[in-house]
Amino acid sequence: METFIHQVVAGIATGGVYASLALALVMIYQSTHHINFAQGEIAMFATYMAWTLINAGVAYWLAFIITILLSFSLGVLIQRIIIRPVENAPVLNIVVVFIGLLVILNSIAGWIFTYTIKAFPSPFPKEPPFGLYFISSHELGSICVTMVLLLLLYSFFKFTPLGLAMRAAAQNPDSSRLVGIRVGWMLALGWGLAAAIGSVAGMMIAPVVFLEPNMMSGILLYAFAAALVGGIDSPGGAVLGGFIVGILENILGAYVIGTELKLSVALVLIIVVLTIKPAGLFGKVIVSRV
Amino acid sequence: MSRMLLEVKDLFAGYGGTEVLHGLSMKIEEGSITTLLGANGAGKTTMLRALCKMIKVRGQIMFDGQAIEGKATEDIVRLGVAHVPDGRGTFGSLSTEENLQLGSYTRKDKQEVALDQEKMYSYFPRLKERRKQQAGTLSGGEQQMLAIARALMLRPRLLLLDEPSFGLAPLIVREIFDIMHAINQRDKVTILLVEQNAAMALDMAKYAYLLETGKLVLSGLSEDLKKDEAVRRSYLGH
Repeated sequence: METFIHQVVAGIATGGVYASLALALVMIYQSTHHINFAQGEIAMFATYMAWTLINAGVAYWLAFIITILLSFSLGVLIQRIIIRPVENAPVLNIVVVFIGLLVILNSIAGWIFTYTIKAFPSPFPKEPPFGLYFISSHELGSICVTMVLLLLLYSFFKFTPLGLAMRAAAQNPDSSRLVGIRVGWMLALGWGLAAAIGSVAGMMIAPVVFLEPNMMSGILLYAFAAALVGGIDSPGGAVLGGFIVGILENILGAYVIGTELKLSVALVLIIVVLTIKPAGLFGKVIVSRV
Repeated sequence: MSRMLLEVKDLFAGYGGTEVLHGLSMKIEEGSITTLLGANGAGKTTMLRALCKMIKVRGQIMFDGQAIEGKATEDIVRLGVAHVPDGRGTFGSLSTEENLQLGSYTRKDKQEVALDQEKMYSYFPRLKERRKQQAGTLSGGEQQMLAIARALMLRPRLLLLDEPSFGLAPLIVREIFDIMHAINQRDKVTILLVEQNAAMALDMAKYAYLLETGKLVLSGLSEDLKKDEAVRRSYLGH
């Protein structure tokens, strides 16, 4: 029973990371209807920036905040310089650009930081919190960080004029221009936010999976599964999907298929969702008349 | 004639390679209601889209003495041009109130905005009842009211209205026309109205233009156009 509880709690902790990354995917999908395949690599790159800062002697939480800001700028720059010129290109072209971005970021990280695995520190203590046996401090801390992040994002989109403008721009670009919203900048802002969210996910998962240029490839797959389970156009669904995938992955890995085959849970989920309920749990079913 | 708010000279516009407007010239007097009539496909919607640069144009558009043909839609809006587009263009998944808030997105005078919002609810009491409801779930008439209210939240100097009566019951059309009239009289908003209901439009507007396949063929005071033989036969049905 104890191990079962621990598996669930650990699932919630990694689930929070999947949820964040899935949310980043959904944000970009909602405004552009494209899946950003490079989302994981942006997060990986951000984590290396954090690692560099921490190694240079910057305190963890200061490095954490600087990394979020740098990632935000990186996201905005990528949108303005690389994505904007191909905005109206056919889908396949954009997919190729995303994959190119993935490979480039991966190679640059390997080139600068080498492919050797590095340990990434956790800001939380080594001992379990409050003498609890079923949860580690990093798991609890990671859950809290994810929750704070989600709460901040929710408040931003729900209660600020800029958040409202971003939602409007994602939903109806033409009408948004007619009320004076600069839609192009809203897209760039969305990319910045997505990159910032991804950087938090990267920093929270790095102590668990270790830091290396390919660290996010598996995570991104889980995030895809999470986004699809929840519904690719539903932010709330993506978050819930993240937790579902995290818990399922851990329990199935521990009791059913073993840790080696854990990643296949994500693939099976993706296939099951796409065949049985393509819109996901909370996604809108889009019917078009022809 | 008094001051001109909008002056268009030799305007060409279209979609892709297809030209729809072939050199239009038009003037809109400040404080007036002007209507643009024409059959389906004449280019009325295209004209409104061209005026706020939702499509590429060639020619000259002067708003309040300033050339705007090179500006982006977002910047034309900031000068005080509001557009209620064809199909209403409300934000379906956002609430009624959020739609109104977006209308005042470019304004910084928070207190005045709050007052204007109350004013919109007094013009359209039904919107107040539907404040928290998703705009997509409103009826056609309510959505049209919301679209107009959202445009007014800009405190526009010029309001472009694209077929506000489209698909609505006669009673609701009457209500919307009354409010347009009130907006023009009380708030001094200049209106350019594109309308399929030519009789109502000519009754309300001071000036009228007649558009046929991308060219203006007739213009003048509405009361004169009402007497015109061709207009009567083709657009008024008597």
